[in-house]
Amino acid sequence: MINESKAMKWISNLVLGIFSAACLIPFALLIIASFSSEESIVRQGYTFFPEAFSLKAYEYLWQHQLELGRAYGITILITTVGTAVSLAITSMLAYPLSRRDMPLNRFWTFIVFFTMLFNGGLVPTYLVYTQLFDIKNTLFGLLLPGLLMNGFNILLVRTFFLTSIPPALIDAASIDGAGEIKIFYRIILPLSMPIMATIGLFQAIAYWNDWFNGLIYITDTRMFGIQTILTKMVMDIQFLTSNSNAAGVNAGAAIAELPSTSVRMAIAAIGVLPILVAYPFFQKYFVKGITIGAVK
Amino acid sequence: MKQLSLKRSGKKLKYAPLYLLMIPGIAYLLINNYLPMLGIFIAFKNINFTKGIFGSEWIGFQNFKYLFQTSDAYIITRNTILYNAVFIVLGTICAIAFAILLNEIKKKVLSRFYQSVIVLPHLISFVVVGYLAYAGLSLETGFMNKTVLPLLGIDPISWYTEPKYWPFILTIIHLWKSIGFSCIIFLASIISIDTEYYEAATLDGASKWAQIRSITIPLITPVIVMLTLLGIGRIFYSDFGLFYQVPMNAGFISDTTSVIDTYVYKGLMVSGDMGMASAAGVYQSIVGFILVLGANLLVRRFSKDNALF
Repeated sequence: MINESKAMKWISNLVLGIFSAACLIPFALLIIASFSSEESIVRQGYTFFPEAFSLKAYEYLWQHQLELGRAYGITILITTVGTAVSLAITSMLAYPLSRRDMPLNRFWTFIVFFTMLFNGGLVPTYLVYTQLFDIKNTLFGLLLPGLLMNGFNILLVRTFFLTSIPPALIDAASIDGAGEIKIFYRIILPLSMPIMATIGLFQAIAYWNDWFNGLIYITDTRMFGIQTILTKMVMDIQFLTSNSNAAGVNAGAAIAELPSTSVRMAIAAIGVLPILVAYPFFQKYFVKGITIGAVK
Repeated sequence: MKQLSLKRSGKKLKYAPLYLLMIPGIAYLLINNYLPMLGIFIAFKNINFTKGIFGSEWIGFQNFKYLFQTSDAYIITRNTILYNAVFIVLGTICAIAFAILLNEIKKKVLSRFYQSVIVLPHLISFVVVGYLAYAGLSLETGFMNKTVLPLLGIDPISWYTEPKYWPFILTIIHLWKSIGFSCIIFLASIISIDTEYYEAATLDGASKWAQIRSITIPLITPVIVMLTLLGIGRIFYSDFGLFYQVPMNAGFISDTTSVIDTYVYKGLMVSGDMGMASAAGVYQSIVGFILVLGANLLVRRFSKDNALF
């Protein structure tokens, strides 16, 4: 029996160790490539032991600190504002839905739930946002479509309110003369920090990583966030290399002017850096958050 | 009578603040989710922007007819369903296996380390994943072609022009990115299993494997069913980032990498064929909806508790 559980422990460590390595190594490769000299990437390919290290890529980033700084600023701004607004409106909608005594409670819950089952699709959504609200090339284009709030988060918060806040507490506060809104801000929200931290993390990561809104709603380079820059760099290279036969020499020259491989890797590196640095600190909340999500 | 109506309006007023709280959220759902649902009729119109959406003429099922006449419709439907089916099956099996193994590790520090590291890929945007994949697969400079394949004595492979490799590449990348997250979900429900079951089983001389088969798996079945159900409900949708960023939009491999979502995107943003794009979108939404309802109905029939609704 003891042998069996020892064997199990060995297998567990082996499998999880290999998979953990597979999760970490690509990031190592990315960061090493950003510190490699361009010539050594061309000669050796991406490798863990480049012939020559170089800070050229980061010098390039430093020279372009204005554009990159602005992109970084936009990403930070959108992440902060988006997360804050999202937390506010999600909790404000979820709380009334958790009050079983509220009239039409079931109807509104269904309205929220239905958005998880059915949607209009990309084309009508795009048309609503561009034709009706004209958010193309504005910060709203990065903030609003799709990301701000979703049915799943609302139901998650509602379940938390339902299961962790005793109705007697609300009654007691109500008898003491607190209005509904006061009850919400003074009693419900302070008791809901675990779920707020969870949803906040989910949202912050979603905003930080979003490249899709940038891809379809933003064409003005001054509005680019970090992820949009990364996306467009891939597309430019794709465009130039696929058209290089037709365009001949000009395309070759254009490719030469593109940011080098190590520069692209450096921008990708600074794009993931905040997550890699901050993650150990919020890891505890994140794992707890997934756990809350698992309980139906 | 009068008093009753007074009481009623009093009750309504009591809940007015709650409704006030709901306004911003409902307004957002209206704009972001419900208004686009009306837009489904775009699929039945010949969109002409000079006339506007409302002024454009109705053409019935013409867009759908064009869509299903092309070979695209078959390819994107096949790819979308097959990829998702493989993702659901392999993803679930691997995540459960990892969760069981992770539960065997009793050292707190080690367990925390594994948990943090395997979730990491889930936190990274697909653009960056696309860059990582490129670092591995690029023809001239990729890690595979420059380091791994020479070690094995295999000639370099032009990954981005060979469709046959992509089902494997995309599956591996999907698993790499998603296993950690679903593993933690399963781990959470495994941890909540009462340890007395295992103690009793151990006393009875049940082997580890027997314990896993007859205690762990049955007790986490509700979570397995729920996640699979969600997966089946979304079998007509794919992770756009995976199919757009990772293959880098390369044309040669589109036979094995294009899915409904990338088709709709291309119709809207690249070729400007809005009619076909919205027809494909409607096809996706409606079949997706039917699949969610169907999957739920099926589960409901076997065990009511496990159904989503």
